[in-house]
Parts: sequence; C-alpha cells; structure tokens
Amino acid sequence: MSSLADFAADLASGSITVVDLTQTLSADFPTITLPPEFGQCAPFRLEEISRYDSRGPAWYWNNFSCGEHTGTHYDAPIHWVSGKDFPNNTVDTIPASKFIAPAVVIDCSKETAGNHDFVLTRAVLETWESRHGHIPAGGWVLLRTDWSKRSGAAYANMREDGAHTPGPDPEAVRFLVEERDVLGFGTETIGTDAGQAHLFTPPYPAHFYMHGKGRYGLQCLCNLDLLPATGAVIVSPPLKIQGGSGSPLRVLALVMA
Amino acid sequence: MVPPPKRKNPLRRTQAPLLPPSARSRTALGITAAAAQGRFVLQVCAACETVQYPPREICGACLGDELAWRAVPSEGTLLAATTIRISGDPYFRERMPWRTGTVAMDAGPTVIAHVQASLVPGDRARLVQKLDRAGQGVMVALPLAATHDSLDDPMMRELTNDPQDRRVLVTDGRHPIGQAVARALLAAGAHVVLGIADIWKPFASVDGAEMIELDLTDADSVRRCAAAYGGRLEIVVNTGLYTRPGGILARGDLTTARVEMEAAYFGPMRLAQALGPALRSRAADGTHPACAWVNVLSVYALTNLPSWGTTSASQAAALSLSQALRADLRPIRVVNVLVGPLDDEWHQTVPSPKVAPTALATAIVRALRDGIEDVAVGDVAQDILARWLDDPKILERELAT
Repeated sequence: MSSLADFAADLASGSITVVDLTQTLSADFPTITLPPEFGQCAPFRLEEISRYDSRGPAWYWNNFSCGEHTGTHYDAPIHWVSGKDFPNNTVDTIPASKFIAPAVVIDCSKETAGNHDFVLTRAVLETWESRHGHIPAGGWVLLRTDWSKRSGAAYANMREDGAHTPGPDPEAVRFLVEERDVLGFGTETIGTDAGQAHLFTPPYPAHFYMHGKGRYGLQCLCNLDLLPATGAVIVSPPLKIQGGSGSPLRVLALVMA
Repeated sequence: MVPPPKRKNPLRRTQAPLLPPSARSRTALGITAAAAQGRFVLQVCAACETVQYPPREICGACLGDELAWRAVPSEGTLLAATTIRISGDPYFRERMPWRTGTVAMDAGPTVIAHVQASLVPGDRARLVQKLDRAGQGVMVALPLAATHDSLDDPMMRELTNDPQDRRVLVTDGRHPIGQAVARALLAAGAHVVLGIADIWKPFASVDGAEMIELDLTDADSVRRCAAAYGGRLEIVVNTGLYTRPGGILARGDLTTARVEMEAAYFGPMRLAQALGPALRSRAADGTHPACAWVNVLSVYALTNLPSWGTTSASQAAALSLSQALRADLRPIRVVNVLVGPLDDEWHQTVPSPKVAPTALATAIVRALRDGIEDVAVGDVAQDILARWLDDPKILERELAT
C-alpha cells in the first residue's frame, strides 16, 4: 500500500504529471467516412435539454449522440472480423486491469511532416529499439506523428482517392503483436491504420492483426509530443457499453515530471 | 422596376408585418387552392355551364347546386378602376395607394380585382389568381402583354417572392440541387449564401456564392448560422433532399432511416426554429422584405413508394412539418417543391424520366417569381400528384405493387 500512497503524494506534489491525450468531443471533429453505400459512424451531436430556462429553471444539461468510434476512441477486438471470436472481446468484458498500462512512443513526426503517406515499418521500429531498448510486452505502442496539431480538412486530408494519413504496414503490426506481445496500438489519426491502408495485404493491418490477437486500439489521440519515449503510463477505460465494439473515452498519461 | 433596396436607417424601427384581411368561406378557398398552384379557376354550374363569381353554394342562374372549380378563360375587359388612397385596414394603410377595379370576363361574370398600375378602363386584361401575404387567394388584373420587369411594382411584390436583390440561404451546397439552385438564384439577381456540411471534406464552391459552414444535423452549426445571418436573409431554400433506395424490411435496421429523418425532418425543424422568428419579423422590412421559405420534397411524401419506403416516410414527415410552418411563419410564404426521381447518383438504376437538378432549380426560381406555393417538377411528380388528387387510396394500391 505504501507505493500507492507514494503515487498519490507524487501526483499531489506534481512530480507525476497528468497529460490529457484526448481531443474535445465536438460536432465538427472529423469522423471516419466510408463509401456512402455502407453504414456510417454517427458524428458527435449535442442537443440542449435545458439551460436555466422554462425547460428546467435551475439546471443545464444536454443529450448527446455519437458512434462508438467517434472522436478519441477505443477499439475492442470484436470491432474487426479477425477478433470476433475471442472471449472478453467487448468493451464491457475486457478485464479492467487492461485499462492502465505503460506506453512507448515512436516519434515519426519529422518523417510524417514531409510524407502524409508515411508507413511505419519493422525497420523503423527496430531503429527505435536500438536507441530505446526492446518494446516491452503488455504495453501500448503509440505512434507520434503530430497529426493532432492539424485540424479540419488538413486533419482528414481527404483527396479523390481517399484519406492520406500515416500508419503501419502489415509487417510492423505483426512484429509488434507476435514478437513483442504489445497490449495495443495508438495513433493521432482517425484510425489506427493509414489512410490508404485498404491497399495493404491484408487491408487495414493494424485492425486485422491487433484485433486478430485480441489486442486493442486507440485513435484520435493528441499531446503525444508531451510524452517521453518510454516511461509513461496510460489510463484508458472505455465506456462499459454492453457488447460494445469500442467507445469514445478520456485518455490520460501519467508522466514523471 | 423596384430599385435595389437602400441601406436601412438604424435609428428607425423595423416595420412589423401585418396580414391582409384573410377571412374566407370554405367555398371561397377554391381560389386559394388554385392560386397556390398558379392555376386560374372559377366555379362552373354542372347544369347550365354558367361561370360563377363570387364563389357561392348555388348557381346564380339556375339554382343548380353542383358547382365544380374548373379552369376557365381568364381574359376580359377592364370596366373601371379606382386608386384607393385611404384605408381603415392596417395592412393596406401601409401600402397605399392601391388600385382596384372591375373586369368583365369573356367567360361571363364581372369580377372585382386588384388592378395593375398601367391598365386603364377599356383595356383588355388577363386575370390571375395570386396568394396574398395572408396566404389567401386574390384576383389581379394584368395587361395582356406584360414582361416580368414591367410587372415588378410594389403591388406585385406583395403577391410574389422575386429573389432579385434578395439574400438567399441555400442549405446544402454538397447536394447537386443546392449547387444548381445557387447558380439559378445568382442568375436571377439574388445574393446567395450556400451552406456546406462537414467542411473538412473536399467540396465544390459556386462562383459568386458566399460559402458558409452549415450542417442542419448539428444544433450548434445551425445556431452559429442564425447568429451570423438570421437578421439578413430574405429567402431560405432547403435543398437537402436526402433519398436512399431501400424498403423497410430490406434495410433491416434504423441507421439510414435515422439519417433520413435528421435530413428531412429534424434538420429543417432546427433551421426553422433558429431562423424562422427573425425571418418572420422582417416580413415587412423595406422594399425587399423577407418573404419565402422553400422546401424541396420527394413526391412520395404524398404516398409511400415501398421500394424507397424509409425515404418516403421521412419525406411525409417533412411535408407535414412544412404544412405546420405555413401557419407559423406567415406572412413568410412556404413553398413546397415536389420532385420525382432526380438525375443523381442515388437514382442511377432508376429508369427515365428523371429530373435534372438544373430543371428543379429553374422551377424554384419561377415559383418564387410567380408567388406559387405548391409545385410539382417533372413528369413523375406531376403524374403522382394528379393521381393522388384523383384518389389517394387508388394511388397507394398502385404504388404498393
């Protein structure tokens, strides 16, 4: 128990700082867009119930609506067909212990600044490991691209042939899952996969392999530039939606000051 | 022609809107129903063929009681005209002078009508039925040879909704209808504000239109639009016609149906709640007051086309909303434009005839200029409307095959 007390004291003293990795849930934040003949994820919407007025004189509150994959959100294994048969693969059944875990941050912000279609490869990961050591099992791997500093059209970056945003290739994801046994993969972009990831084999490798091994995803993260390469702890409990494939959530990082 | 509007004197109170006298018997509403569609009708006795005026229950010639509204020749000769300079009626007091007169119709009766400024007694005249600001049908005598511009005077402006020199919000610039309507309104001399939803996705601008962010499904976006434009719009055209193929059972869920209801019903309701009061309050503001609200609706709002079952249901809701707005927004004219299959990507597999967005846009501009409030554009919409008017039950059965 003494270590928890120390932890609380470190938080209070500021020697551990809390970094918010969450984008604000708002109606104008871009949402994943599929071809129009497919079902679509609902964007975030807010409807006022009352605001100290005739509808409720002393109180202000809203109804909101959105999809499970709107804004900064969590992907459970059941989200992808490759993860559909795992036990405890929905947000309500994933063990709560999985919601607090260490993270490493792979900084590719310089590369993505000049290349919107930057692909995270096994070679990039191995170069990172040569400087920072082995990617630990049971932790998050977060891809820093500084994409979250963009907004609106520059963030979605949609062209005639679809979105152009960075992401991992199949080999990199298999390396993380099969050889490093990571907990999950997180990005600053709308999805864990690259904007053009439908052209990979298999398509959407971060979804296919991560969820195919029962691992998790985080996307639309921000403030990854405030995290160290190693040593941060991520707190990321999704909403406990019965049978849910994911959920918007608040993602916090604990960092030694 | 009425010159373009002058800038307002900000120290003067904006004139509040008033309605012209609007009491009518149920029988007399036949003129309103015709004026709404831009038709000209009078009652004709089934027994003796006498054309009746004013509207009545019993034939003035033979006491026959079967008086159907029918299209009749609308020409005649102006017998007398007078210029009214003083009126006790609050609406007309503010619009003096006003000309009225009597016209001896070729079809028989002599009628009392509003008289256009250039007509003098003895002139041949053409009678039209128009909706006034109360939404009631009135008769107007016009010169036989008249151009759009020569008719553009203060009296006709009370009976029409010309977009010339008016500021028009077109809600959905992502829709081919919105693009076409924006271009048609610009060509008609309007200032166009064109809304774009999801501004983070690529979109096509329309040259000359002011592009703004507007998503009717987002309460905050609608609020921001109203805050910026609420007091400086004269016409709103809701072009977000959202139609998707699929029957109730084929869909199997509510996801698309909810989007349809958002687009057809909740979105326009949000917009009406946000913009309606300001628009209505400016319905007598200067020479170019706020005047019209246009809704583009699927003709299957009248009777459900089951292969497009959820879309039809959402359009029925939109039509009902529009009817309620007609009462709430008065004296703003609510125009319903009914259309069949559009020539767009969602009707790719639907056989012709289909309506080109440009044809729909032309019809909207014409409806505004002519002061019409119910329009069916294209062969399919006109055919469905005619069959619906004839017998809604028979049409329901026909469409359910």
